[in-house]
Amino acid sequence: MWMSIFTSVEVGLMFALMALGVYLSFRILDFPDLTVDGSFVTGAAVAAIMLVNGANPLIAVTAAFAAGFIAGVITGLLHTVGGINPLLSGILMMIALYSINLRIMDAPNVSLLTQTHLFTWIREGIGGTWAIMGVMVAVVLIVKVMLDFFLKTEFGLALRAVGDNHLMITSFSGNIHFYKVFGLGLSNALVALAGALVAQYSGFADVNAGIGMIVIGLASVIIGEAIFGKKTIIRTTLAVIVGAIIYRIIVALALRVEFLETGDLKLITAIIVILALVLPKAIAKQKETMRKRQRRLRLSAQKG
Amino acid sequence: MLQLNDIYKVFNEGTPDEKVAIDEISLDVKKGDFITIIGSNGAGKSTLFNIIAGKMFPDMGGVVINEQDVTGLPEYKRARRIGRVFQDPMAGTSPTLTIEENLAIAYSRVKPRTLRPGVTAKRRTFFKEQLETLGLGLEDRLRAKVGLLSGGERQALSLLMATFTKPDLLLLDEHTAALDPSRAALITRLTKEIVEREQLTTIMITHNMQQAVDLGNRILMMDKGQIIFEEEGARKKHLTVSDLLNEFGKMKGTELSDRTLLGG
Ligand SMILES: Nc1ncnc2c1ncn2[C@@H]1O[C@H](COP(=O)(O)OP(=O)(O)OP(=O)(O)O)[C@@H](O)[C@H]1O
Ligand SMILES: [Mg+2]
Repeated sequence: MWMSIFTSVEVGLMFALMALGVYLSFRILDFPDLTVDGSFVTGAAVAAIMLVNGANPLIAVTAAFAAGFIAGVITGLLHTVGGINPLLSGILMMIALYSINLRIMDAPNVSLLTQTHLFTWIREGIGGTWAIMGVMVAVVLIVKVMLDFFLKTEFGLALRAVGDNHLMITSFSGNIHFYKVFGLGLSNALVALAGALVAQYSGFADVNAGIGMIVIGLASVIIGEAIFGKKTIIRTTLAVIVGAIIYRIIVALALRVEFLETGDLKLITAIIVILALVLPKAIAKQKETMRKRQRRLRLSAQKG
Repeated sequence: MLQLNDIYKVFNEGTPDEKVAIDEISLDVKKGDFITIIGSNGAGKSTLFNIIAGKMFPDMGGVVINEQDVTGLPEYKRARRIGRVFQDPMAGTSPTLTIEENLAIAYSRVKPRTLRPGVTAKRRTFFKEQLETLGLGLEDRLRAKVGLLSGGERQALSLLMATFTKPDLLLLDEHTAALDPSRAALITRLTKEIVEREQLTTIMITHNMQQAVDLGNRILMMDKGQIIFEEEGARKKHLTVSDLLNEFGKMKGTELSDRTLLGG
């Protein structure tokens, strides 16, 4: 039990980077980007192939980040220059990436079990139960702080305005095409980074590992926002990270239930997202009805 | 400062819906001019603004700003020198960003955006000073999200954002039309104050004839894509609403009510 929650948190921290990427596209840019299913694997594939060929793990991870960025940029160009609608741009890129990922890996599955990678480094270099957890917390916090800072720069404010009111930012000399392309690049770079980390952690890269990734990302964002709200950027990015961890814990607990199997995971994910979307509204409505009823009771008591 | 040379714009050319929105308009706007434009619905006023701002491109003719031909320049590039306020109070601000963040976006319109913080202590002081000139107490709500402001407050903020970087040209498209009378009067007064203080070259579209007569040194009347009446200087100063109605009737050769011009 404890062990499975512990690993859930470790993995959750890796998926948190992916969730931050989804937050960037879905929330900040208001662009439902489905590239994620492909770019997650692209990150894994690039890192895996480079590691197999003896590259330094840090360089492999950086290359994965860059590959994700390029994938996002292409989705952005399909939408802005090609005039294709956001959903379709993402789907097209996702499909294209499936083939590209296969090409990169040259096989549906690449094993990293015998390779030196980031986590073998950490296990050997630092050691102890908490080594990976500690490093991941540090990495995620650094990314979070950088993202928070970025979204408050002149550039970042314009990026946020693009998703909020593109008429307005254009009239203040912001090139919305440029910001969308860059934002999608950054978003998918984070997703690919997560893909590269997860592949090393689990010891293999698989061409099908990305299926449903976008829903997992959304689940994290929505769970986080439902619990912590979205008052400020700093708070929301924290919410997204914690949301990703909570999602992993829910999944781990669900899988311990006797009659559920690994194959049910996607169904569980879908149900979690639906609940996270519906419950907050239902609860708010319930509270309102209660308030009204109490008020009426009070009023009738005064009269009577 | 701004020259429009034989601008012609037609929508849906060659279809049954063909519509000539701008029919060979030429205009020379001098530095410091404050022009009011009136005209019935569909006269082509907003289209003219869109062509000046670069949101649309003319089918024929050219746009020159400060001796530079900008006819093909996209909107976001021209926006460094052109401030705009729209009719819809929601259009000019970003609702999930705070007041100070919105001001920061407006502040960095004039140069490339950097990776430096948008709101700094120094800028915040400047933003406060600027907000104080509105007299709405917004200077005490710098960190409030703009989506929480009323329509009038948002429009006042839009006006400030469009003007405090001193654009070469200010375009106001019925920017008081969506507000209740008292808020509209407030925005009109602020517009007058800001334009005079900053000496901004301004073009304002309005359906309020009184406003068109009271404000500015030049007036244009548009109809069916053309400028059908124009007055400036001393003669503009003494113009009254009934003069305008007369003019409009004469040009069209028909009797017209205030309603028609006001756009119903
Ligand atoms: N994008 C467009 N596509 C097709 N027709 C358009 C387009 N924009 C404007 N028009 C047409 O061009 C004409 C001029 O429109 P415009 O918006 O410039 O009028 P306006 O003078 O601003 O009117 P109002 O006082 O109602 O705002 C109208 O007949 C309008 O239907
Ligand atoms: Mg109009």
